[in-house]
Amino acid sequence: MDAIQQELLAQVAGLHEVPEGAYNIRANGEMAGRNTTANIDITTKEDCPGIDIRIKPGTKSESVHIPVVLSKSGLQESVYNDFFVGEDCDITIIAGCGIHNSGSAASAHSGIHRFFVEKNAKVRYVEKHYGSGDGSGERIMNPTTEIHLAEGASLEMETVQIKGIDSTERTTTAEVAGGASLVIKEKIMTHGKQYAGTDFTVNMAGADSSVNLISRSVAKERSRQVFRSRIVGDASCHGHSECDAIIMDEASVSAIPELTANHIDANLIHEAAIGKIAGEQLIKLMTLGLTEKEAEEQIVKGFLK
Amino acid sequence: MLELRNISFQADDGGKEIEILRNINLTVENRFVAVTGPNGSGKSTLAKIVAGILAPTEGRIFLDGVDITEKSITERARMGISFAFQQPVRFKGITVKDMLSIAAGRETAVSEVCSMLSEVGLCARDYVNREINASLSGGELKRIEIAMIMARKARVSIFDEPEAGIDLWSFQNLIRVFEKMHQEIQGTILIISHQERILNIADQIVLLADGRIEKVGSREEIMPALLGAGKPCRTLSDKLIQ
Ligand SMILES: Nc1ncnc2c1ncn2[C@@H]1O[C@H](COP(=O)(O)OP(=O)(O)OP(=O)(O)O)[C@@H](O)[C@H]1O
Ligand SMILES: [Mg+2]
Repeated sequence: MDAIQQELLAQVAGLHEVPEGAYNIRANGEMAGRNTTANIDITTKEDCPGIDIRIKPGTKSESVHIPVVLSKSGLQESVYNDFFVGEDCDITIIAGCGIHNSGSAASAHSGIHRFFVEKNAKVRYVEKHYGSGDGSGERIMNPTTEIHLAEGASLEMETVQIKGIDSTERTTTAEVAGGASLVIKEKIMTHGKQYAGTDFTVNMAGADSSVNLISRSVAKERSRQVFRSRIVGDASCHGHSECDAIIMDEASVSAIPELTANHIDANLIHEAAIGKIAGEQLIKLMTLGLTEKEAEEQIVKGFLK
Repeated sequence: MLELRNISFQADDGGKEIEILRNINLTVENRFVAVTGPNGSGKSTLAKIVAGILAPTEGRIFLDGVDITEKSITERARMGISFAFQQPVRFKGITVKDMLSIAAGRETAVSEVCSMLSEVGLCARDYVNREINASLSGGELKRIEIAMIMARKARVSIFDEPEAGIDLWSFQNLIRVFEKMHQEIQGTILIISHQERILNIADQIVLLADGRIEKVGSREEIMPALLGAGKPCRTLSDKLIQ
């Protein structure tokens, strides 16, 4: 791996060396390293690009890293990764994609991730997107995530896209069975002429299921963001989605929620707030000696922390 | 030393100009000075003018002889003016430790943050990493606001009703904080307050009414008038004996 790829890896997966536990590193469309453990098996798909990750029932406190890095300008790929998480597991999955584009052709990665989480298993899924390089070619990422949670299972997904991605369309769908819970926390910052779209569709099918979608975003300059969420409650359940956005300069942000309750005990809430940084926050920090610009940076940094 | 010369402030109230401060002349030495007066008399407005948050319609402000009237909020802060708001501001994601570091102008250690917080009566460890957001109570926010100003060690520290929202039990503690500040005074402390106990610590009391300075004097001169007595009474027992 070259220095650029190593930097991308550090940015998206916090990796400075070979990770502990199971991993699969994909660089410029090829496998650049893999490790499996007694409980976690990774195999290459035969019918399409991508991998299957199988985690044995009862596996606890293990992790899987599956970062992807692209440093060849103009490379466009779609990768299909399927996770099969056995009953009663408690594991962490760290994905992430970094694109370095110093050429003029667009580089694009579409990761299609499917999660089949069995009964009472617990998954923490972390995904970070990062782009670098001074080429005119766009850096595009379109992640699709499909989540199936069996009874009592839980998945907490954290996604972060702070820098360098010109265009992203994130589509997440989930089926949540009885007693299962899904939490998705997303943080996005866009600038320049970037576009970020988020589209969540969650169906709560079983009794006592729950979902909580939390999106925090900052749109700067002339960037655009669209947040769509569709929550359907077919049973007694709790659904909550929250979109909290700071808008700056000439940016634009839309939040389009949709709640559907098909059961008398479905409790669904959506909160959305879009606005510029509060003047009194800037003033407070300025009375502590920061310039307006520094104050803005502090507020944005805190907001996306 | 802080000097206000002929300060007036008018606000536009739905197309109608209203005069909120009228021709304020005040020289504040390096001492502990209290500003009091009825609700709406213009105390907070005056503090905001000193901090640069509002620009006076007329008049000039001097800090140690330097005219700061045209200086921005940031410049004034860097020159040594600090201001604890009457209504503290909440932030998402900024922790108490972050905020005290910003106030101190440098990274602060956890132990340091702890001691700043215990000064204002907050059980320190519990608060270090709390966000300054809606989860903090009004009284907690007020105390953090005071700790921030103390961390700045500024030439002029302005506190706008620091006692507001602080429970009676902690109020005792707060009085001690200000008494200590009074003893260790380096620059000017300007406290806006309605509290007799705080006014009693002050070297000088400024009484504002209806946007004007009604009276300036020592606490012996001002307190009796405020409390409605005819002449100075040193203590409550003196008063009773009389
Ligand atoms: N922008 C404005 N437009 C109209 N009226 C204003 C404006 N700003 C302040 N005022 C009025 O000016 C007066 C002084 O306000 P200020 O907040 O300075 O009072 P205060 O002495 O601090 O009162 P309190 O003891 O209640 O804190 C009030 O009557 C207030 O309503
Ligand atoms: Mg006031």
